[in-house]
Amino acid sequence: MLLNIKNLHVAIDGKEIIRGLNLGVNKGEVHAIMGPNGTGKSTLAAAITGREGYEVTAGEIWYKGKNIVGWPAEERANEGIFLSFQYPVEIPGVSMTNFMRTAINAQREYRGLAPIPAADFLKMMDEKKRLVEIHEKLTNRSVNEGFSGGEKKKNEIFQMAMLEPTMAILDETDSGLDIDALKVVAKGVNQLRTSENAFIVITHYQRLLDLIVPDFVHVLFDGRIIKSGGRNLALELEEKGYEWIKQEHLI
Amino acid sequence: MDNNPNNNILEEVTSNEYKFGFFTDIETETAPVGLTEDTIRFISAKKEEPEWMLEFRLKAYRHWLTLTEPVWAHIKYPAINYQDIIFYAAPKRKKELSSLDEVDPELLDTFNKLGISLDEQKKLSGVAVDAVIDSVSVKTTFQDTLAKHGVIFCSFSEAVKNHPELIKKYMGSVVPYTDNYFAALNSAVFSDGSFCHIPKGVRCPLELSTYFRINAANTGQFERTLIVAEDNSYVSYMEGCTAPMRDENQLHAAIVEIVAMDNAEVKYSTVQNWYPGDKEGKGGVYNFVTKRGLCKGKNSKIAWTQVETGSAITWKYPSCVLMGDNSVGEFYSVAVTNHHQQADTGTKMIHIGKNTRSTIISKGISAGKSNNSYRGLVKILPGASSSRNFSQCDSLLLGDKCGAHTFPYIQANNESSIIEHEATTSKISEDQLFYCNQRGIDTEKAIGLIVNGYAREVLNKLPMEFAVEAQKLLSITLEGSVG
Ligand SMILES: Nc1ncnc2c1ncn2[C@@H]1O[C@H](COP(=O)(O)OP(=O)(O)OP(=O)(O)O)[C@@H](O)[C@H]1O
Ligand SMILES: [Mg+2]
Repeated sequence: MLLNIKNLHVAIDGKEIIRGLNLGVNKGEVHAIMGPNGTGKSTLAAAITGREGYEVTAGEIWYKGKNIVGWPAEERANEGIFLSFQYPVEIPGVSMTNFMRTAINAQREYRGLAPIPAADFLKMMDEKKRLVEIHEKLTNRSVNEGFSGGEKKKNEIFQMAMLEPTMAILDETDSGLDIDALKVVAKGVNQLRTSENAFIVITHYQRLLDLIVPDFVHVLFDGRIIKSGGRNLALELEEKGYEWIKQEHLI
Repeated sequence: MDNNPNNNILEEVTSNEYKFGFFTDIETETAPVGLTEDTIRFISAKKEEPEWMLEFRLKAYRHWLTLTEPVWAHIKYPAINYQDIIFYAAPKRKKELSSLDEVDPELLDTFNKLGISLDEQKKLSGVAVDAVIDSVSVKTTFQDTLAKHGVIFCSFSEAVKNHPELIKKYMGSVVPYTDNYFAALNSAVFSDGSFCHIPKGVRCPLELSTYFRINAANTGQFERTLIVAEDNSYVSYMEGCTAPMRDENQLHAAIVEIVAMDNAEVKYSTVQNWYPGDKEGKGGVYNFVTKRGLCKGKNSKIAWTQVETGSAITWKYPSCVLMGDNSVGEFYSVAVTNHHQQADTGTKMIHIGKNTRSTIISKGISAGKSNNSYRGLVKILPGASSSRNFSQCDSLLLGDKCGAHTFPYIQANNESSIIEHEATTSKISEDQLFYCNQRGIDTEKAIGLIVNGYAREVLNKLPMEFAVEAQKLLSITLEGSVG
């Protein structure tokens, strides 16, 4: 199993947000995580990626056979864990090109490789930009600065394409995207899918899951996964909302 | 939760190593320790100066004796004992050197280690260098090439000998020895520095640069630079500096004067990297500098760009006196302080001529337990109709043990003038750091990246040769400032 989360408890400022969560992801799989606002989806993503302040109070996160709880965020990233942020961050004055080159080279250094030659890097940038159809000029601008909501989300997928992660987590990458952009993002993700990597897609909407078809759908509620199923579960949620599952859960 | 990783990160990152802290063991000739009229006579004699130069020095010295050290800057340091300082130190010339042009191999080696090649063959074409070690200039490259264009670029001492009329005319014309305490001191004991004269209509074909190196112990460095750009000329000048790591503080008090005539443009760039002292604040250079440019002619322009990363104390206000109508003054500054460093820096823009314009962009970055102040004066005189100033002063804090202060002074005596001032204070956000970390970039690199981005506007003003160095330096200075 690529990622195996066992009985995970996560607290922020001493307040427990994730409360005994289990989730297993194999290579080649796409898992969708759905659930009402404020139930802990982004918190789960932060805990997996190692954000400081998200304290794992109990449980384990096994990734590639190692318990990565306590690992610094950059090490997890360099081991192939990627997060497409729900709210991408602006870094004024740092060009996307410079940012990406720094990231790629950090990853290469971690893997004992020399920095990427400039020509190879530029070629790679071109290819990946085309893949997610992002505007040529966007990469000359500062990281996310002044990007529209949709551009920011596309930019996350662009970075994912550049870094070629093994375990990618997309946190509401679909929100704020117009129909065309949604298709582009989904196409990008689908092209990056291989039998060697896996995706966790956090979303509120079925329409994304029409395009990125999940193998499993999980409902996160109150810090736990309270129901799992196949892609049909998402359709059912779209139709009936969360209330019936909450009721089921409470009984 | 310790929701602010900056704190620990800052503590760790501030364990940086100063890369230029080595000492070259060469035989040095020094003046007796302390300062009296005899010291001044000694220096003047060593430099084989004409009588008028000695007179100038003595007048300055006598004036200095009447002054007291200024205390208004937002900096703290123990009183300097001027009788403990050696005011002149020069590497001894080895007898066996065949020509006067030859440089002691040990000195060549010293500059090579600093990344400055004095060998014209190996040197990046496009930059002429004047290399100054302690109190003397050891070599100025490309003088012949420059002479073909009528450009004079030599050490100040040579200029006193070979171009006395120019020195007499301009020395002290922008910064008189009566200007302030440190200017008077410098005028009395200044050792070496550079002189540049760009004749009418000449666009200087090379970047000119001076590299200052303090080497000897217990010595002060008092350099003096004078740049004169005649009508319709252009020059870009760069200045760099380093010093060995020592436990005791060392004094550096320089003067830079620039004169720009009609339609002339001078760009002056500094990367200041004197030894900043250790993590506990022990040692480091006291950097008290008076830099001023006079836009004497109409449509003239002087731009100061500075990247200040070194020194235990920096006290420095590169200024522009905008005398000619339509003249332009610019000041772009990045000042980084870490550990116990203190910087009180900024500029003065004095608008005298009509329709004069000035721009001030200052980016202060403080980490560790350091203190970083911007102090700036914009003064618009009654005759300076339709003048404009724009000032932007930003402070970035890394951690919560450091300080950032802004002291803007505005004196506007003309109704038709416009002054705009903007100021911001920000912290590196946890969100930005995590975003970088999540892309595999460790926190130290992330801070370097974010800080360089923050300073981009200023770094972009540096000549190419300097920009890359400056970027590296910013990251290195903040190494160990976050954990
Ligand atoms: N830094 C924080 N400090 C305090 N509380 C927090 C913090 N971050 C998240 N929380 C709380 O944790 C809970 C879960 O938040 P989380 O962002 O994980 O929800 P989510 O499921 O991603 O919601 P949404 O669908 O709205 O994105 C919320 O109640 C939120 O207010
Ligand atoms: Mg969320």
